Amino acid sequence: MTGKTIAEKILSEKADTDVRAGEYVEADIDVAMAHDITGPLAFETFDDVTGDDAELFAPERTVFTIDHHAPADGVKAANNHNAVREFAAEHGAHQFDVGDGICHAVLVEEGFVHPGDLVVGADSHSTTYGGIGAFGTGVGSTDLGTALATGDLWFRIPETKRFEVHGDLPDGVYAKDLILKFIGDVGFDGCTYQAAEYGGGAIESLPIHERLVLSNMAIEMGGKTGFVEPDERTASYLEHQAGIECDLDGPTSPDDDAVYESIHTYQATDLAPQVSKPANPENAVDVGAVEGTPIDQLFVGTCTNGRYEDIKLVADVVEGEELAPNVRMVVVPASGSVYRRMLETGVFETLVDAGAIIQNAGCGPCAGYHQGVLGDGDVCLATANRNFPGREGSMDSSVYLASPATVGVSALYGEITDPRRGDPQRYDDVVLTEEVPT
Amino acid sequence: MTTDLDHGQAWTFGDDIDTDQITPSRFIVSSDPEELAEHAFEDLRPAFAAEVSEGDYVVAGHNFGSGSSREHAPLSLIGAGVSGIVAQSFARIFFRNALNLGLPVMICPAADQIDDGDDVSIDLGDGLVHNHTTDETYDAEPLPEFLQSLVDEGGLKAYTKTKLGTE
Repeated sequence: MTGKTIAEKILSEKADTDVRAGEYVEADIDVAMAHDITGPLAFETFDDVTGDDAELFAPERTVFTIDHHAPADGVKAANNHNAVREFAAEHGAHQFDVGDGICHAVLVEEGFVHPGDLVVGADSHSTTYGGIGAFGTGVGSTDLGTALATGDLWFRIPETKRFEVHGDLPDGVYAKDLILKFIGDVGFDGCTYQAAEYGGGAIESLPIHERLVLSNMAIEMGGKTGFVEPDERTASYLEHQAGIECDLDGPTSPDDDAVYESIHTYQATDLAPQVSKPANPENAVDVGAVEGTPIDQLFVGTCTNGRYEDIKLVADVVEGEELAPNVRMVVVPASGSVYRRMLETGVFETLVDAGAIIQNAGCGPCAGYHQGVLGDGDVCLATANRNFPGREGSMDSSVYLASPATVGVSALYGEITDPRRGDPQRYDDVVLTEEVPT
Repeated sequence: MTTDLDHGQAWTFGDDIDTDQITPSRFIVSSDPEELAEHAFEDLRPAFAAEVSEGDYVVAGHNFGSGSSREHAPLSLIGAGVSGIVAQSFARIFFRNALNLGLPVMICPAADQIDDGDDVSIDLGDGLVHNHTTDETYDAEPLPEFLQSLVDEGGLKAYTKTKLGTE
């Protein structure tokens, strides 16, 4: 018998049976999550399947957030928020409210997810948890509602695509550029029904917030999940950021003889900053191919690149400068703790001085609900994960995806600009230690 | 188990139709299938909601239902009375959600041979798609045994009620 991938190992453990890609199992859930859009439907399912005296499978590992329409943009959204609050209170689950932040940021920051966990979230970007070595995957509300009751769900064990990046990343190239490159190479559906494993020296050297970017966007190539093997850096991050100790001896390393669907190998030094053109993340090109494209709006935020380090990078780039007169920049921290840290460290003031608009923590305009929706003909350069037609507003608007560095430099020039044209910035204060200033 | 569904008109779409195009995100503050159905494909194909008939089919290319995990997308099609979806391939979460909600989905490599407005029907049990306009029959992938049994039990809710003894 050959070895196993991380996906095969985690699902084998959670199903308590030895399984390989292609098999179906019912596996035990460690953490379940829903938010203000997907929660109310999940609650209906839970009530329907449980009947009277219903209890959550594990209230202490059930988390609900209010992040998508936060603060409420209308009565229906406000009523959805109330449904989340009432259900959480009735059943004793953890509940994060308006301003606390995006589910995927909060669950990691607050220590709900450990390496090796099986995490289901009623949101497609639940793949994010793979950045700390958990099997995170997105499900619908019906799945989530039944999981809240039973503590398990059915899974098909996915085949795995492995992406290896060797060498040191050049200036101006970040995890966002890597994942856009991967998606561009395998296609928008290139990883459908599969897991992604990311490895190699360049990825091992990434700080945790960068690894979360890789896992977050696994879904943009159809992936069921996306892992970075957890290591001492993961443990240090979780200790400092989330205040938890984690066990690295779990089922989170692939065997040397694991069988992969395919292995994609890159040399880091060959890579350039990437931009995904409208209207699909797979339209990734070297930034030079779109340089000079005029921009109307810049959006820094989302569960992909709305972490403190991302926003600080943008602040470092624009510090002491003024944004180009033709652009507006919307900055939305991914969590309340990011927001507070921006205040404490002066990042908030730097951005405001440069002319940026800063909103409360949450999803912001990412899916075109509110707080920065695009009009006809508008062009946005975003640190987000999706640029589908009409994603951030009008069907006649356009969204380009890029790293925070590219977005920051482009804000100064008012057009898509190679980040290497600015003063090359790195996440200097976090790369080595993962320590979080208090 | 009824596996041979009635005839209906095909509404054809291309590749990579994401959940926001199926149900624009500005309407997902509701989870009522009837209300969502009023906005199905509203930006992509504005005539759909008004002109779709009970029993019609959505026919698409590759990667149908990509993007969000929101069940509002399959729910809007259920609310619109769509009998089933035939596509060359589906995004994973959408495929799973549709099955969980009891909306038939079939992976059919020849889906691109079906024209808009063709009269079609699907045979879930045998994995076939019939095009009555051209008098052609296309092979589709039958569901894996595990999923077929889940569908046979009436979808995930019914399956879970049996497991919990709460029927």
